[in-house]
Amino acid sequence: MTNNPEYAIEVIDIQKSFGSVAALRGVSLFAKPGEVTAIVGDNGAGKSTLIKCIAGVYTADAGEIHIAGKKVHFTTPEESREFGIETVYQTLGLIEDLTIWQNLFLNREKMKGIGPFKILNKKAMRLESAQMLKNLDVYIPSIKGRVRGLSGGQRQAVAICRAAGWGSKVVIMDEPTAALGVRETAKVEDLISRMKEQGLAILLISHNFDQVLRLADQVWVMRQGNVMAGMRAKDTSGDELVALITGASAGKK
Amino acid sequence: MKLSPKSSTSSAQAGEVETSTLNKVRLATKDPFFWSNWIVVIAFILVVLVFGALKPHSFLTMYNLNNILVASSIPAIIVVGQTFAVATAGIDLSISSIMTFGAVVYGIAFTNGSSWWVAGIAGTIAGTLCGFLNGLIIAKRKISDFIVTLGMLSVAAGFALVISNGVPRQIVSNSLSNLAIGGFGRIPYLMVIAFVITVAAHFFLFNTRFGTHILATGGDPDAARSMGVNIDLVKIVVYSISGTLAGFAAMLTISRIGAAEPAANTSLLLNSVAAVVLGGVSLFGGRGTIFGPFVAILLLQALTNGLTVVGVAAYYQYVSIGLVVILSAALVRTK
Ligand SMILES: Nc1ncnc2c1ncn2[C@@H]1O[C@H](COP(=O)(O)OP(=O)(O)OP(=O)(O)O)[C@@H](O)[C@H]1O
Ligand SMILES: [Mg+2]
Repeated sequence: MTNNPEYAIEVIDIQKSFGSVAALRGVSLFAKPGEVTAIVGDNGAGKSTLIKCIAGVYTADAGEIHIAGKKVHFTTPEESREFGIETVYQTLGLIEDLTIWQNLFLNREKMKGIGPFKILNKKAMRLESAQMLKNLDVYIPSIKGRVRGLSGGQRQAVAICRAAGWGSKVVIMDEPTAALGVRETAKVEDLISRMKEQGLAILLISHNFDQVLRLADQVWVMRQGNVMAGMRAKDTSGDELVALITGASAGKK
Repeated sequence: MKLSPKSSTSSAQAGEVETSTLNKVRLATKDPFFWSNWIVVIAFILVVLVFGALKPHSFLTMYNLNNILVASSIPAIIVVGQTFAVATAGIDLSISSIMTFGAVVYGIAFTNGSSWWVAGIAGTIAGTLCGFLNGLIIAKRKISDFIVTLGMLSVAAGFALVISNGVPRQIVSNSLSNLAIGGFGRIPYLMVIAFVITVAAHFFLFNTRFGTHILATGGDPDAARSMGVNIDLVKIVVYSISGTLAGFAAMLTISRIGAAEPAANTSLLLNSVAAVVLGGVSLFGGRGTIFGPFVAILLLQALTNGLTVVGVAAYYQYVSIGLVVILSAALVRTK
């Protein structure tokens, strides 16, 4: 694999150890724009560690990361964000006591005024928040409400809209529906499909094979810090994924 | 007024976001925080009405109300710093000691020939340094706010004794004492200063970027950090503000009593924490107002004053203030 500018993101031979634990032992994979790329694997396979390396939370010990063909090196999440990579973690990163619009604009507040006398442009942020949610067909009764009053699915939707709403190119989601019921899961899946249609590259970690086969275009299977296989979602099945994840099948690299 | 089609569509769009006033009120009353904000105002009005009814000729006089305002000013300035600290899910136990330290620095500067306001700057900076140190240790060493400021409580009080040799200094300055007794018309200067600081603090917390980051840090430090909020900076700034206000309040205290004393004013610390709770600021951080604690300070002073006016012995006043605090905390909690 060489670095291909058609890939929104490409990682090559990434390694990462925590002390004596080798969490990633040379992982290579890619994700294309306008596609959902799923990463599956058993607990401890290294999925979260991989996305944290891409998001700049960890810095890989070895290997390369390319964004749209350009080699990058991240040491902080802010650097990764500057390249249009946004991550929705399982904890979501929302502040319960702030309003929805404050959360959407947290640390990217719109200001008005000049020089040191800049103050928050609340009206612009409210209007734009409403627009951000509308763009992805997310319905929330009042963007002035606090996140505390939202359901799990609504929170997930707000966190995803925030990640998608900043001219981002890659949105990474770590098990976005793990804590949700059937209806809310369906809504979040719709949301992911719409983001894909808008041309974002979506990196999705999921333990739910049905969901992966429903949503994903490309699937990567990880086991014990390695990528066991990568294939188009339409060419695989739940049984094959199980075999690869458990190691019953050696995989086709 | 004629409405062009263009302006009517834009107002319709705005209507989706800007809810009607009635709707706003309806939404607000559903918000549990709304009630914790207003309890203190209702309690304040009740206290004034009750004491006003009991002793209309001594409690409700201009002279006495003026006394309440003057007595509220310094605690009202201190409580601003405490509110910021608590809003970040911290607490500043060192404010009364920092104030003592600031007063002693003031005294030394003044008796060495500084003018009243230069000495004031010296005392204020002394407070800033103590607060900065608090914030730096809390942020960088990840030690709990409680422990660090408890340590500072002792350190600042100790230093105040060391550099003053434990003796108070007389401060004779007409300009300074005029600050305590004068006013704009009927409104004492001290209250004007306290009110200006309160309004500025409100503006800072709710209309600046940093203010939002203070609330975010208090609400959920991990989430705030994951969004790139510099929570270490937030802590450092917040405690620096608190220290600065304590150092500044030291000058105002000297203006009232005419001396720089190395004695700690612990009831000020108790009052600031009490007012923060009464004012509806969540002790878990991330939520609160500036005006709530301000009104709470007025309430506490009116209560103390009223109890004195009706002739309740000072010892019972401590008991009653403590009870008011616990009661109001219980009320806010069940909401
Ligand atoms: N910060 C860390 N310090 C030490 N070891 C870690 C750390 N993070 C992850 N590991 C280890 O690295 C390995 C991979 O963990 P990782 O969280 O990436 O797995 P995962 O595929 O996301 O699993 P799950 O499906 O349970 O979320 C595990 O053995 C884990 O214990
Ligand atoms: Mg994981």
